[in-house]
Amino acid sequence: MTTLDTTTTTIPNFGDENTTDRKIAFVLSKGNLDMAYPGLIMANGALGEGIEVHLFFTFWGMDIINTKTMGKLKFTILGNPATHMPQGLGGVPGMTAMATRQMKKQIADLDVPEVPEFLQLLVDSGAHLWACKMSVDMMGLDPEDLFDGVDDVINVTEFMELSEDAQIVFI
Amino acid sequence: MTTATIAGKEITLDDEGFMTEYDEWSEALGEVLASQIGIEMTDAHWEAVRFLRKDFLEQGVTPTLRRVSTVGGIPIKELFGLFPKKPAKKMAYIAGLPKPAGCV
Repeated sequence: MTTLDTTTTTIPNFGDENTTDRKIAFVLSKGNLDMAYPGLIMANGALGEGIEVHLFFTFWGMDIINTKTMGKLKFTILGNPATHMPQGLGGVPGMTAMATRQMKKQIADLDVPEVPEFLQLLVDSGAHLWACKMSVDMMGLDPEDLFDGVDDVINVTEFMELSEDAQIVFI
Repeated sequence: MTTATIAGKEITLDDEGFMTEYDEWSEALGEVLASQIGIEMTDAHWEAVRFLRKDFLEQGVTPTLRRVSTVGGIPIKELFGLFPKKPAKKMAYIAGLPKPAGCV
């Protein structure tokens, strides 16, 4: 035990004095339930640390911001040895739905929101969401189909410009 | 662990400077802690900090930002405005509680 006086009291470093603002860009390229969450959770953590956050949705990651699919992302044991289940079981009808339900329950038990609500949480916390133009074109999506919080549909060049000096995490 | 004297009161802190003893805190102390990190407390700030105190007592853990929003009823955007950049940590610091351990 050390006794200090007020003038030397330890004050947590909240980084308010930092002159270089950290910036992270997450590229979400997968539309599986279990590939959507890691990016969303890390983005949320980064926002809570006062970091500037961008999320670029591309290819199957479009499912995360497509209002027709965002609430229906699935988890399958097929091709995922980390489930430690016999892979043949994954092909049994209804198995993907069951695995998805189970994972959603585990996530909800941790008080973590479903994908649409999670995206709103990120937007409210200051995140920028971007949709990949090529994916929109390739999948024949209408920008109207995308989650309201998406800032814009942009091409790769524009993404490279806005992510200059950012740390990039590809998922 | 260290102890420090703030506003004439001896308090226990962890290595980062967060208070570790729930009962050593008072609102007067919270006001001083806030001013140390450049925050001037208003009614809106107090609403959040009081929710943190109450929720910690009931749950035994510091609520996450999302919980302050969903259960405490204070919108996330507002929390970022009141406690800029690192709202969850700053609220916990002012409320004399440990940093929140939850991820979301």
